[in-house]
Amino acid sequence: MNDRATENHRNKRRTTLLLSGVVVLMFGFGFAMVPLYNLFCQVTGTQSLSQRSTIGQIVPSSGGVDENRWVTVKFDTTVNPNLPWDFSAVTHTMRVHPGKTYEVNFLAHNRSHSTVTGQAIPSVAPWQATPYFSKLECFCFNKQTLTGTQRTEMPLRFMVSTDLPEEINSMTLSYSFMRLKEGEDKPADADLPPLIAANPE
Amino acid sequence: MSTTTLTHDEAHHHEAPKGWRRWLFSTNHKDIGTLYLLFALIMLFLGGASAMLIRMELFQPGIQFLDPDLYNNLVTNHALIMIFGAVMPAAAGLANWMIPMMIGAPDMALPRMNNLSFWVLPAAATMLILSFVVPFFPGGGTQINTGWTIYPPLSVQVGMSMDFLIFAIHLLGISSVLASINIIVTLLNMRAPGMTLMTMPMFCWTWLVTAFLLILVVPVLAGGVTMLLFDRHFGTSFFDAAGGGDPVLFQHLFWFFGHPEVYILLLPSIGVLSHVIPAFSRKPLFGYKSMVGAMLAVATIGMVVWAHHQYTIGMSLGAVTYFMIGTILISIPVGLMVFNFIATMWRGSMTFETPMLFAVGIVLMFTFGGLSGVMLAVVPADMQYHDSMFVVAHFHYVLMPGAVFGLFAGVFYWLPKWTGHMYDEKLGKIFFWTNVIGFNITFFPQHFLGLAGMPRRIVDYNMMFTEFNVVSSIGAMIFGLSHLLLLYIVIKTIRGGKKAESRAWEGAKGLEWELDSPPAFHTWTVAPQIK
Repeated sequence: MNDRATENHRNKRRTTLLLSGVVVLMFGFGFAMVPLYNLFCQVTGTQSLSQRSTIGQIVPSSGGVDENRWVTVKFDTTVNPNLPWDFSAVTHTMRVHPGKTYEVNFLAHNRSHSTVTGQAIPSVAPWQATPYFSKLECFCFNKQTLTGTQRTEMPLRFMVSTDLPEEINSMTLSYSFMRLKEGEDKPADADLPPLIAANPE
Repeated sequence: MSTTTLTHDEAHHHEAPKGWRRWLFSTNHKDIGTLYLLFALIMLFLGGASAMLIRMELFQPGIQFLDPDLYNNLVTNHALIMIFGAVMPAAAGLANWMIPMMIGAPDMALPRMNNLSFWVLPAAATMLILSFVVPFFPGGGTQINTGWTIYPPLSVQVGMSMDFLIFAIHLLGISSVLASINIIVTLLNMRAPGMTLMTMPMFCWTWLVTAFLLILVVPVLAGGVTMLLFDRHFGTSFFDAAGGGDPVLFQHLFWFFGHPEVYILLLPSIGVLSHVIPAFSRKPLFGYKSMVGAMLAVATIGMVVWAHHQYTIGMSLGAVTYFMIGTILISIPVGLMVFNFIATMWRGSMTFETPMLFAVGIVLMFTFGGLSGVMLAVVPADMQYHDSMFVVAHFHYVLMPGAVFGLFAGVFYWLPKWTGHMYDEKLGKIFFWTNVIGFNITFFPQHFLGLAGMPRRIVDYNMMFTEFNVVSSIGAMIFGLSHLLLLYIVIKTIRGGKKAESRAWEGAKGLEWELDSPPAFHTWTVAPQIK
């Protein structure tokens, strides 16, 4: 009888240790996911939307101005909390013809009393429209510096491609203004492919 | 078995110790089970209170009395308190009470660890409540406005309350991992002689699978929130795109835990149903082996379909197709379980006491929630339903009947065993009907709201959604207040009532019904022989 009790005790110990091992392994598995996930995405291209070759490529307009078609373009602005600026679009919505060049202005105001440098990150929603929206001249191409309490207008010249798929008749261009720290060439998030930013969630 | 085989401890503790020591130092599975259940009851009321505040705010469009961050913090707290504070501890309480009695064991295999796994919970709950309270004080930082999924980058920006929440999740995880190890060791090593794995009661099987799921996925969540903590304070960039991390990785880690978690919540209640339905149909459970197989299938497939919560993150077509097919596949074993329950009731001599009413309600309403789940699993449809009130309606239809009503059924079924008194059947039935009617009035209209485009987790809504929200809020008040009746019934039953026999329900089968009601402090010190 005593033998059975010790054997039972040993069995319990073994099961407990085994299960504790599983717990430790699974905790490690969470951390192993970090490199494995990147590897998996690279090999299979699962996270492929951000890696498709078309991303970042602009489809040039193939025809002249399409007078028969109207596309609504909306402008949206966000300022990162680290940047003490106000930033807004002068025109919030406009109706445009594909193939024609338009110019709009954005207003920026440095609320602080010191010189601050920022960079705007553009994105287009729906993301399918991204390649058909070309910025001919944009303040987002360069970093922008405002001295203390300075106000300024920032221009954007753009054109919507005549090849824009027919089902898209409205798009939103969204700018997020990020702060540049001293000695940095580009904001922290500038490496993001535009789709990540364009894709809500 | 002679008395000489009793260990030192057992020989000296035949009676329950008195006073607070009985509870704080308890190693007795029945007392710890009671503690778990009482803790869950308190948390049920806390989580319920936050839900009622949410519904009061949504009674009318516009912002009534909650500011948006506070509203989202309540949404976060409601989910975490209900999942980690109410449902999981209540299921663990049932396991503690019933598993040793069902398998003829004197106690859990690791009684001291059992004490630890309960007493970590109040500490965790304190941290969780602090995470809600701290922002109200100066310097307390911002509120947790992320929802229970705590996705970065938002969760990296939240103030110090997020750190309280992260540590609360760590503690809750430790508690449930310890409890799971204990349950598995007990089930594998302490069954009465003659009871094999394939003849042990179904509740034990469901908990065996649940416990395995817990020890597989909870450590991954713990790892995920640890990385989040490191990103917040130690300059790492696991999820911060600026440093080469990927916020989507957190979503994968979270849902690798989060999806099996729904089966963790569901399965113990399926176990309760497997006892309640046969008892009140006076027939053995139909298809024991297929139940076990279906459960294992659900657990296995459930581990590898997590990304159906993330269809909109921009996965490739191949990936979303895989996750869609996997998810829809789960409906086959779950459907099998439902058919087993129906087949058990078929031509049985059924009576409808409160536990059985809840059981039948579950079979109906859980199936309904499962069907809206199949709708959500379909990728193109989900693109539309994602983050809408339809999702809220869906998971409340799965979790309320699937988890909570199952626990209610279990509590009413075993309350006579625990307390030695029969509960008031009339009040029990009133509770069932107010509860179920309130539940349906609350959540059924939310399907329509979601399909019409009302987003979830947003404090304000368009005027066009007003009518259904009013209905839903009124239902929520009925539903929420009905739980006061539950509290009253439980207290009344503990204090007195008709004496319960050993076999409190004449159709009930199993070792636990051979013991007195209430059972002695130590039971099955001599293991029963199973023929």
